[in-house]
Amino acid sequence: MQVNEYKPLIVAFCCNWCSYAGADLAGNNRLSYPADVKIIRVPCSCRVNPMFILRAFQRGADGVIICGCHPGDCHYTSGNYYTRRRMAALFSMLDFLGIERERTRLEWVSAAEGAKFAATMNDFVETVTALGENKRLEDLRCKK
Amino acid sequence: MQKITRDVLIDKASALLSDGTVSCVLGWKKGEFDYDVTPAVFTTHDELIKDFVFSDFCGANFSKYLVSKTKNIEGRILVFLKPCDTYSFNQLLTEHRFDREKVYAVGIPCEGMADISKVRAISGEGIASIDTSGDKMLVTTLYDDEPVEIAPCDFLAERCINCKSKKHVAFDELIGEDGDVIDSNRFDEVARLESLTPDERFAFWQNELSRCIRCNACRDACPACTCEKCVFDNPASGIENKSPANEFEEKLFHIIRAYHVAGRCTDCGECSRVCPQNIPLHLLNRKFIKDMNDFYGEYQAGAEVGMRAPLVDYTTEDLEPGEVFDRRDTDA
Repeated sequence: MQVNEYKPLIVAFCCNWCSYAGADLAGNNRLSYPADVKIIRVPCSCRVNPMFILRAFQRGADGVIICGCHPGDCHYTSGNYYTRRRMAALFSMLDFLGIERERTRLEWVSAAEGAKFAATMNDFVETVTALGENKRLEDLRCKK
Repeated sequence: MQKITRDVLIDKASALLSDGTVSCVLGWKKGEFDYDVTPAVFTTHDELIKDFVFSDFCGANFSKYLVSKTKNIEGRILVFLKPCDTYSFNQLLTEHRFDREKVYAVGIPCEGMADISKVRAISGEGIASIDTSGDKMLVTTLYDDEPVEIAPCDFLAERCINCKSKKHVAFDELIGEDGDVIDSNRFDEVARLESLTPDERFAFWQNELSRCIRCNACRDACPACTCEKCVFDNPASGIENKSPANEFEEKLFHIIRAYHVAGRCTDCGECSRVCPQNIPLHLLNRKFIKDMNDFYGEYQAGAEVGMRAPLVDYTTEDLEPGEVFDRRDTDA
């Protein structure tokens, strides 16, 4: 009998200069991370509008992770500091509305940290798989 | 503090109109009933005598109206501002949304405004007239000759019970005496919700937000929402013209609406006042204000012109989003 194993849909926003290169390095080093992670490249982690995150959830994502350069290493000097404040406020608000706080995460991954990228993604997918499907933030009107 | 009457305001407005200081007056106009008061622009003394009203239902925050009303006018516009309106006034000036030179702001003291749903809960339906001139509100209904007396503590809006300031932070002229900033308990309800479990919080907000009919009144009345083109008017959003399929589907709107005014919201409470479904929207805004105060230091939007809001600023030592939760867990 075939068992339908639950596969979460994860959206990862990766900054062009650090985390996206980190993902590349993970690939070059043949490190494996789950195929459920869909990477979206952004010029800087501060390009991620809170609306993007909610939009992803609305359209059926089960978890959203934002990866950027380590504080102090931003290609644009200060972008990730703004991201940090914005995401702290947004995640706190999602928690206030009763949405599982494990579904969102902010991680700093540099271009040299291919192993960290793979480990982070493995861990995040595991966490979200344990939580199950995102029911609280989905919107049936715009789900495909 | 003395109660401000309609006549005092009309005298002031007429004097300023006749000496040419201002060319028009932004004030309140009586609607069909005593409690539906609408903002209106008056240009002559006769118009003021005919239509101008001032009562406990004049809760509208006039700051936002200045953005549109100061365009295309000759001379200056007179505006009456309650203490909480002056914070929005400053915030809009900080954002360069209107020309200060075109406005003549008259600060009026405020003892709190009435919430019609609270009045109705006591008096019942069929309100024929409301007299707010005395200390107590006298409500006459169609079914009873004797007016019902309602004390301020029973009819005041939630935002006025938890008033944060009786001090005017911006004005050209003041009627009456200025008050002080109040150390209010406005974050108590937010703190109570925070202490619940996530499932209880979800149930609470599902219950509240399921009533949303997306009339956009909260957005339209909010003095911080002054974008000329709004992100929610996007026809490609996928939710246009579709009714919600479950109880919680307007949450994106509410989270983003609150987020867009985070750090700029002065907590004037207009969103909750105008909500036809009585959703406590101010709690979302207060949650952001409380968080900003906790994470990045005390900040009151609009207290001064030109302040830098927490979300457009940073330090290298800020909390990580994960640490925010760790800290709350250890506090709890």
